[in-house]
Amino acid sequence: MSRRRHSDGDDGGQSHKRRRTSEPVEIEDRLESLICRVGEKSTSSLESNLEGLAGVLEADLPNYKNKILRILCAVARLLPEKLTVYTTLVGLLNARNYNFGGEFVEAMIRQLKETLKANLYTEALYLVRFLCDLVNCHVIAAPSMVAMFENFVSVTQEEDVPQVRSDWFVYAVLSSLPWVGKELDEKKDVEMDRLLNQIDGYLKRRLKTHVPMLQVWTAEKPHPQEEYLDCLYAQIQKLKKDRWQERHILRPYIAFDSVLCEALQHNLPPFTPPAHMPDCQYPMPRVIFRMFDYTDAPEGPVMPGSHSVERFVIEDNLHNIIKSHWKERKSCAAQLLSYPGKNKIPLNYHIVEVIFGELFQLPCPPHIDVMYTTLLIELCKLQPGSLPQVLAQATEMMYVRLDTMNTICIDRLLNWFSHHLSNFQFRWSWDDWVDCLALDADKPKPKFVKEVLEKCMRLSYHQRIVDIVPPTFSGLVPADPIFFYKYQDEANSALPGYAVAIAVGNAIKNRASNEEILTVLKEVPNPNQEDDDDEGEGFNPLKIEVFLQTLLHLAAKSFSHSFSALAKFHEILKALTDCDEGKLHILRVVYEVWKNHPQMVSVLVDKLIRTQIVDCAAVANWLFSPSMAHEFTRFYVWEILHSTIRKMNKHVQKIQKELEEAKDKLERQQHKKKDSGDEEDMEKNSEDEDGQLEEQIERLQEKVESAQSEQKNLFLVIFQRFIMMLTEHLVRCETGSVDFSTPWYKNCIERLQQIFLMHHVTIQQYMGTLENLLFTAELDHHILAVYQQFCALQL
Amino acid sequence: MSIKLNALFSDSYVDVSQYRDQHFKGNRYEQEKLLKQANTLYVGNLSFYTTEEQVYELFSKSGDVKRIIIGLDKVKKTACGFCFVEYYTRTDAENAMRFVNGTRLDDRIIRTDWDAGFKEGRQYGRGKSGGQVRDEYRQDYDPARGGYGKVVSRP
Repeated sequence: MSRRRHSDGDDGGQSHKRRRTSEPVEIEDRLESLICRVGEKSTSSLESNLEGLAGVLEADLPNYKNKILRILCAVARLLPEKLTVYTTLVGLLNARNYNFGGEFVEAMIRQLKETLKANLYTEALYLVRFLCDLVNCHVIAAPSMVAMFENFVSVTQEEDVPQVRSDWFVYAVLSSLPWVGKELDEKKDVEMDRLLNQIDGYLKRRLKTHVPMLQVWTAEKPHPQEEYLDCLYAQIQKLKKDRWQERHILRPYIAFDSVLCEALQHNLPPFTPPAHMPDCQYPMPRVIFRMFDYTDAPEGPVMPGSHSVERFVIEDNLHNIIKSHWKERKSCAAQLLSYPGKNKIPLNYHIVEVIFGELFQLPCPPHIDVMYTTLLIELCKLQPGSLPQVLAQATEMMYVRLDTMNTICIDRLLNWFSHHLSNFQFRWSWDDWVDCLALDADKPKPKFVKEVLEKCMRLSYHQRIVDIVPPTFSGLVPADPIFFYKYQDEANSALPGYAVAIAVGNAIKNRASNEEILTVLKEVPNPNQEDDDDEGEGFNPLKIEVFLQTLLHLAAKSFSHSFSALAKFHEILKALTDCDEGKLHILRVVYEVWKNHPQMVSVLVDKLIRTQIVDCAAVANWLFSPSMAHEFTRFYVWEILHSTIRKMNKHVQKIQKELEEAKDKLERQQHKKKDSGDEEDMEKNSEDEDGQLEEQIERLQEKVESAQSEQKNLFLVIFQRFIMMLTEHLVRCETGSVDFSTPWYKNCIERLQQIFLMHHVTIQQYMGTLENLLFTAELDHHILAVYQQFCALQL
Repeated sequence: MSIKLNALFSDSYVDVSQYRDQHFKGNRYEQEKLLKQANTLYVGNLSFYTTEEQVYELFSKSGDVKRIIIGLDKVKKTACGFCFVEYYTRTDAENAMRFVNGTRLDDRIIRTDWDAGFKEGRQYGRGKSGGQVRDEYRQDYDPARGGYGKVVSRP
């Protein structure tokens, strides 16, 4: 491409020469395009397209063999949803050119080794599956495939390796069997039975501590949330019982059987799984998300059962389509809806289930949350007569089952639902949910509706929300987000500090300088004043209150106004909140004035952290303090906490990056010195430069250490607070012989889980400290279980 | 192994559009360079009544918002239906282009586009009457954008 742009500017007289030199590039692009697009909608049949393409590629092999090899290896790795199209293509090429088939297999094995070394386990999986399907295309001999499987399964005999390692190798074997099980069983049934027995034994002795932490619902009914390997094994067992008859996968190679069975097959070279290394990062275990079964789709094709292999293949393909196209929502929706074989399955239900499965996946969805919202909107646009109904049905189902849904997933559900509604004029059959009004406000259903309405209000305005719900729901409508000014009117003139508040307000309006304002503030009496503190320089909560209430009141009009105010009086705020108590108090005042506007509280806290008026630990301490206990289960509190942790993490990453860059710069400079001519003058200058850089590196090093220490402290504070609150609750319930499992408890313990899950990368560094200091054996086993489940994820 | 299959994995929602700010100080090349690195988005087709809070809530779904500048009528100094949203990182802005662009805010389909960066003065509409140019010439009635276009209202 860039070559062409350059030539645009060049003189036109050379055009014929340019065309010749750019031809290979054009041909390679064309080859890539042809290969990538085969299998897409076409006027000709898939078979004739494959036949034609095989002919073209065969003709181009002499000149473009390497390019073709690379493209085919790439589609094998990146387009698993079109697996059988490409294995057929390779099969046809192998039939025409045996050597090419051999080279392709070799290239695939090389690629497999590379992906495993690079921790690209999902791509490696697709490569293994591709190789398996090549058995069906007579490219690879079945016995050699079985031998590879035997080597994979032997990993389960390794000692002292993470369970997630052997998990992957077992999964690679099991997940390929829908494609190749029949063929392998026909050729090597004894070996296959032995393999499956070994797998059976492994699955039975395997630990499943991690499962509760990953389940979306804690209830077993109506659909058990199964561990992914257990579910797949059940599906394979059923497939075996059905004599490996699998009818869902599209197999273009069947049409070419007469050509393909004439081809000579290659043997896979013996493949030893690469040894376990400390820096290997195996995929995390998963729980299979199910929300629909055959009873849910009222008419039309029946949904395959949860243990049918069809279910596995459909879900796998839909996940892969999303993985390939998530950045382009229109294409993604179109691709999902044109799933081959869609007429035999209730496709809309599968799509909705797969999408919610990803959205609710723990620890994190594979892609950014908002993508799923927009994807569902696109799907509704393309299928306006059917998809919105399925979506409504799904929402209703999830509402009914809120009691056992993981709090983290409830967060994501209400975020999705409120954003979705805002695209459809907030139309919803609220009356269907009138049952929630009879429940206590702290129960999941009314809580959910309340939080949804609050989120809807953030995307619109208060009166709109009042208008969209039936009058019976008025108790759940969020409060009008107004400011609470303590010194509002003369009725409050008896309050201490009232006069100063008025004076400060006037001073600000008259654009007084910071010094003048501070002078005015000196008049505020200090309720905490100690006898030896003549200057009144110690922490004065009343002074903070008077100033901040007045300032924020004057700036209450909008976010921008408030941000300007904080920026303008940054100096004063810093002076007033120099100590930890000051920082805590400023947060309390912000809450007091804006408690009806949680969104404003969030953005102000964000600004206060970014301008370093408060630190992250102060925010954590404030949220866990008794003064916020009544808000502890509100969604916005956790939004603030997680946003605070993220800011801390990003800060550390930023400084680490600066340090790395400075180190790289120094290295490059020193290399340049070595390579260049070593003039005396140059040496002196570069010594200075080096010295400066080294100083900078030392400073950055200190900065990094200090930031990392602050980050660790933040997590320790948070964990300590959780442990204290939960222990207190459990002890109190035990002493009072009351059931500890209250809605508050469920929320609290799941919020603790959420800290682990959402920040697992950072927390990994502190495992030693956590184990020795906080999550010790003396801890109540309910709390300790969360820690143990987290460890079991072997992240 | 490094082959990327560009033919297939396009990311067209993130592409720079045809629009170029005519008041941009610099040449086309510089403008394009800035657009390709920008963390700032122009947001259009807002209702005059859409608040900063609403914009924050929606655009925070793709990442932390650094600041929002609501577009103002040059004469009246009231909101005139557009704004700038600046993110801390390009990635967050890209996700907004992919997943917020073309969806609804305040019941209206909004449109986002890359912006070379906010400069003082750019928060004002450039139409003759003080609002946006598009509201000078449009013929339809849009109650959320002052009713009829100025060319219709003018005698």
